[in-house]
Amino acid sequence: MFARIDQSKRGQDMTRRDVLKLISATGMGLTLGVYLPVSSAAAMDSAMKANGSLEPNAFVRITPDNRVTVIIKHLEMGQGTFTGLATLVAEELDADWSQIVAEPAPADVKRYNNLLWGPMQGTGGSTAIANAYEQMRKAGAAAKMMLVAAAAKQWAVDTGQIAIHQGVVHHKASDKQATFGQLAALAAAMPMPQPEEITLKDPKDFKLIGKQSLPRKDVGKEDGSAIFTQDIQLPGMLTAVITHPPRFGAKLKTVDASQTLAEQGVVDVVTIPDGIAVVAEDFWSAQSARKKLNIEWDESQAFNKSSKELQADYMELAKKPGLVARQDGDTGAALEKASQVLESHYSFPFLAHAAMEPMNCVAKVTQEGCEIWNGEQLQTPDQTNIAQALGIKPEQVKINMLYAGGSFGRRANPMSDYVIEAVLIAKTRPGTPVKLVWTREEDTQGGYYRPMYYHKLRAGLDMDGNPVAWEQRIVGQSILKNTPFEGFLVKDGIDATSVEGASTLPYSIPNIHVDVHNVELPVPVLWLRSVGHTHTAFSTEVFIDELARTAKQDPVAYRMRLLKGHPRLQGVLKLAAEKAGWGSPPPKGRGRGVALQESFSSFAAQVAEVSITEDKEIKVERVVCAIDCGLAINPDIIKAQMEGSIAFGLGPALMSAITFKQGKVVENNFDGYEVLTMDKMPEVEVHIVPSSAPPTGVGEPGVPPIAPAVANALSALTGQRFHQLPLKLS
Amino acid sequence: MPMTLHINGETHQVDADPRTPLLWILRDKLQLTGTKYGCGESFCGACTVHLDGKPVTACRIKLKSAVGKQITTIEGLNSRVGEQVKRSWLELNVAQCGYCQSGQIMAATALLERNPSPADEDINEALEENICRCGTYLRIRQAIKHAAQKLA
Ligand code: FES
Ligand code: FES
Repeated sequence: MFARIDQSKRGQDMTRRDVLKLISATGMGLTLGVYLPVSSAAAMDSAMKANGSLEPNAFVRITPDNRVTVIIKHLEMGQGTFTGLATLVAEELDADWSQIVAEPAPADVKRYNNLLWGPMQGTGGSTAIANAYEQMRKAGAAAKMMLVAAAAKQWAVDTGQIAIHQGVVHHKASDKQATFGQLAALAAAMPMPQPEEITLKDPKDFKLIGKQSLPRKDVGKEDGSAIFTQDIQLPGMLTAVITHPPRFGAKLKTVDASQTLAEQGVVDVVTIPDGIAVVAEDFWSAQSARKKLNIEWDESQAFNKSSKELQADYMELAKKPGLVARQDGDTGAALEKASQVLESHYSFPFLAHAAMEPMNCVAKVTQEGCEIWNGEQLQTPDQTNIAQALGIKPEQVKINMLYAGGSFGRRANPMSDYVIEAVLIAKTRPGTPVKLVWTREEDTQGGYYRPMYYHKLRAGLDMDGNPVAWEQRIVGQSILKNTPFEGFLVKDGIDATSVEGASTLPYSIPNIHVDVHNVELPVPVLWLRSVGHTHTAFSTEVFIDELARTAKQDPVAYRMRLLKGHPRLQGVLKLAAEKAGWGSPPPKGRGRGVALQESFSSFAAQVAEVSITEDKEIKVERVVCAIDCGLAINPDIIKAQMEGSIAFGLGPALMSAITFKQGKVVENNFDGYEVLTMDKMPEVEVHIVPSSAPPTGVGEPGVPPIAPAVANALSALTGQRFHQLPLKLS
Repeated sequence: MPMTLHINGETHQVDADPRTPLLWILRDKLQLTGTKYGCGESFCGACTVHLDGKPVTACRIKLKSAVGKQITTIEGLNSRVGEQVKRSWLELNVAQCGYCQSGQIMAATALLERNPSPADEDINEALEENICRCGTYLRIRQAIKHAAQKLA
């Protein structure tokens, strides 16, 4: 969910080397090159040999039962990383897919850091495959070398004569064969190959990578056996629910908990800086007793604005110049000379992540330190924040990694909000595990929203309709200012996550100016799946469509011409247009629209077909999506991520919004905060651009184009122009 | 006073406030955590179970009204249709985060039990209240049709 570092450099494509340079420049430091940390068992050499297992590194464990366990350093939250990373290991190991088991890694930044983030363990920014591609392959290849060495020794033959096919080690001449399990103990005694000795397969020999559909490795999701944080049951565990202040910035004045404490099953009422927690034997006891709390809040300093007032404030601010995020040429002069000037503005509400599993965390605090159970997305920052809150060392924070029931960025909070809440509540009952469960209402009203934004755009066209100037102003809260990530992604006051997609506008226009106003509000904000692109793709792609229409040119051809020097964007645009039948008129009653966006180093274009129902409702009928994410590791997961991203993006496009009224959030459950339901899901066709480029992520890049593609399709159908999300027909 | 519940073919004695939602009895008292909490207000379908074969949201059924009924949760879903639905789910790699999927599978099975070859509209109607934030709707639809075909 993080903006990749490369978003902060505008203009041209950024190479991986640039990314590395930039990370070092921001003081993050980086372990350059791929390395293979040893496993903790290998560190205790004898233990490994005693149980007959082979653990050549921190990512692979081969046990005598012939099972290959792949240790996954990233959070599985639905995006398919268990399958993706396991594929890389299995490929180089030539394992049989059925013998592969995925297991989450512990929190251990030395072994399991995100190679694109430096000394930090965490998941986000669609970086899992991109950072682990080589590392996981090498992990598998190292294991394979040791198995081959073991077989050669056992059979007294040359290693060069040994082949592995689907998990069976084979010596052809003598027709000897053995399973990984049979060789594991002996292999563990073989010398561990140095990283530079490890050779990787030629991609043309890939058997699993690129294979259409492998069964997923995040198992137990069809029979209720998969365990999420919500499902953790520990001996003596208590459950807490929390009441947050009704407005951001309100403070607790008094609380009378006597009635609550008298309720059956209630154990305690705890006041922590963020709210008041009722701790009970089970959820329902806590939840029903909570209603009996008598709380008085001091709201004198609290946020009390309404979304409408904010909108007016933002529009006012947009009249003044902001911090310059990109400056090419001189837009002022070019606009003066332009034969036509167009102006438009776009408004975006706050959005909640509304992951299916509301926020929760289990924590236990003891003399020795702290242990948490969590669908953990930001191990290192959470460890640091917990350690700080408890006055202990980060290494004293043990994290038990679970599946997350969605996240979309919400579980990757640099401020560790709900995690710290759980820890502070647990701290009051040393030795007792406490599960903090946010209700859906707390989840919806608890903040950390995608910020509200207002964009103003202006463009000048020459006589032929070509854009000669493009100005964009963005007004909204910075996600990362005043967080531990500030040094990482904020430069000269400009938060890369506010402007990415706008400052990186790919269209070749000689004069471009992008600036930004950082608004300060007490409303906590956070990245949401595809981050800045959730709004910048909309404003830029709707506006460019308007320019094309004004120039009386075809929106695809218009973009194609302006995308000179961006072959991969041109590639997805061409593919999506072709597959959608762009040249031919849309079916009767439908409008067609296109949009594209590069995000997180992947490239996506979508063509949407829309209609309007008898009840005057927008209906998205069909979406054709083209994606270029480099080498496609798991085509079926890429497809699933595109389908899911389209569904996710259609929420904000058609119905989702968090609104404030006098400082209070209006929506509180799925009746108010509406999201896409099955009846509104369009047909989706996904086409993957064949590529041998290094693989990049797919968790987010499918989201940005959908809202503008739908808006452009509606404009084509009705002639109406759209200036806000969610879209509304006039 | 303990109450008797019939869940997945077994009998359980439960001692709790009779107004407690069935969801929390299942999850916190009986450790049947496959049935999920998503909203608590019957908006999301994550807690869908079968009550005498009909799909209901367990967050809205009080303990006392579940007494005397046959309750089936995802853990006990082993009817011919249920087993096929689970197989189809796996075959089509439906689940992403998986949190909503118990509810989806329970709703889909109930649909197929009463309508062996549902059209798109039937599927929409039966699963309209089962939210999936990961957006697996297309595959859910395909998996239901896949299961229907296998069962025919
Ligand atoms: S938890 Fe019961 S419908 Fe959402
Ligand atoms: S699979 Fe994640 S909510 Fe449905």
